[in-house]
Amino acid sequence: MIQIIIPVAVISGLGLVFGLALSYTSKKFAVEADQRIEQISGVLPGANCGACGYSGCEQYAEAIVEGAEISKCPVGGADAIAQISDIMGVQATTGEKKVARVMCNGTWDKVLIKFDYDGIIDCRSAATMAGGPSSCIYGCVGMGSCMKVCPFGAISVENGLARINEAKCNACGKCVAECPKMIIRLVPACSEYSVVCSNHEKGAVARKNCQVACIGCQKCVKTCPVEAITMDNLCAVIDPVKCENCGKCIEVCPTKAISKYTAHH
Amino acid sequence: MKEIILIAVSAILVENFVLTKFLGICPFLGVSKKSSTAIGMGGAVVFVMTLSSIVTWSVNEYLLKPYDLAYLQTIAFILVIAALVQFVETVLKKFMPALYKALGIYLPLITTNCAVLGAALLNMERNYTLVQATVFGFAAAVGFTLALILFSGVRERMETSDIPIAFQGLPITLIAAALVSVAFVGFSGLFGI
Repeated sequence: MIQIIIPVAVISGLGLVFGLALSYTSKKFAVEADQRIEQISGVLPGANCGACGYSGCEQYAEAIVEGAEISKCPVGGADAIAQISDIMGVQATTGEKKVARVMCNGTWDKVLIKFDYDGIIDCRSAATMAGGPSSCIYGCVGMGSCMKVCPFGAISVENGLARINEAKCNACGKCVAECPKMIIRLVPACSEYSVVCSNHEKGAVARKNCQVACIGCQKCVKTCPVEAITMDNLCAVIDPVKCENCGKCIEVCPTKAISKYTAHH
Repeated sequence: MKEIILIAVSAILVENFVLTKFLGICPFLGVSKKSSTAIGMGGAVVFVMTLSSIVTWSVNEYLLKPYDLAYLQTIAFILVIAALVQFVETVLKKFMPALYKALGIYLPLITTNCAVLGAALLNMERNYTLVQATVFGFAAAVGFTLALILFSGVRERMETSDIPIAFQGLPITLIAAALVSVAFVGFSGLFGI
C-alpha cells in the first residue's frame, strides 16, 4: 500500500507546489493589460487577413485601444464597428459593408485572343507579354492571381474571367492590391449596378477587341435620372453613392457592359 | 575543471542533441527557416534547459532518490519543465517585455521540446553532480542552438536553389539535415571521447 501512496503523494505534491507557485507568480507578476483589448479582439472576425493595415486582429485591437480609427475592419462590417464603438465609447465614422467587384466582363468567348499563353499561371507574368493573351489590354488576364490571394475563397476564374462570390467576399482588399490591371474595385454592397468594363480606348477599338466593352456612347449618362453616371476617360462609371438602383442604364446599354448584382446588405 | 570543459565540448559538438542524438527534431525543422527565428528559439532553449537541468537535478536528488522513485523521473520532469516554462514566460512578460515579444511563440513550444527532457534524463543516467548537470544542460542547449543556426543558413541557401519538384519542401530539408548530421559525426573521436 505504501508503495502506491508515496509516489502518488510525491507527484501530486510536486503538482500542488508548482501550481501554487505558478498561481502566485501570475498574480504577483501580472501585467496590467487593458481589458478592452480582449473584448475588441473577441468582436473582430479573427481572420487575420490584414485588411485593416495591421498584422492581425489582435494587433488591430491593441491599436484601437491606443486610439486608432475603429472602422478599418471591412470584414467585420457594420456589426463589428457598432460593437467596438460600444466598447470604446467612440462614434464610428463610416462602416458600410463593401464588396469587391471585377470591372470586366470579357470572358474568352467575348474577347479576341492574341496568342496562346503557355507560361507561369500568374496574372502579373502573363500581363508582361504584350498585356496578356486577351486583346483588351485593360481587361481581366484570367490567370487567377486574385483567386490565390483571397483568404475567403470568394473568387473563382471561369472562362478566363475572375468572378467574385459577393456573399463570401469580406472586402479585405487583397485582390484589389494584387490585380495587375487594377480592375477590381471595392463598392458598397448595396449598390446593384456596375459598369463592368474598364476599357478607356475609343469605342470602335474597344468594341473590336471585346463584345461587351463600354464603347463610351454615353447613353447611360443621359438616361440616368439622378446623374450618378459619369465618363472617366471614355469609360462610364456609376457612382454607387448617388445611384438609386433604378436599372434604367442597363436597358439602354448597347453592348451590355452594365450588369446587375444581387445586393448583399 | 578539465572534466567540466570536456562535458561542455562533448555536449556541444560530439553528442550534439539534434545532429547525433536526434532529439528536438521538430523545432529543428520547424523554426530553422530563418536565422533570426533560429536565434530566438535557441536563446529560449538555452534559458529553459539550463534552468530545468538545475531544478530536475534537485527534484531527483531530494525527492525521487530518497523514496526510491527513479521510475517516476519522466512524469516528474515533464511536470517540472512545463511549470518552469510557464514561470519563465510570466516573469519575462513582466520584466523583459522586449525579450518576451522577441521569443514569442517559441517559449511555450519548448514545453514539448524533447531535447529539454532528454537533457534532464541523461543527467540522471550519468549520475552527474549539480555543477556537471548544469553545465551539461547549458552546453546541450548551446549545441542545439548551434545546429539550428547552422542549418538555417543551409535552408536560406536552399530557398534560391533549383530543387527537383519531388524533393521540394520537407524531403530536401531532411536530406540536408542528414548531410549536416554526417558532418557532425566527424567530431566523434575528438579529445578521445
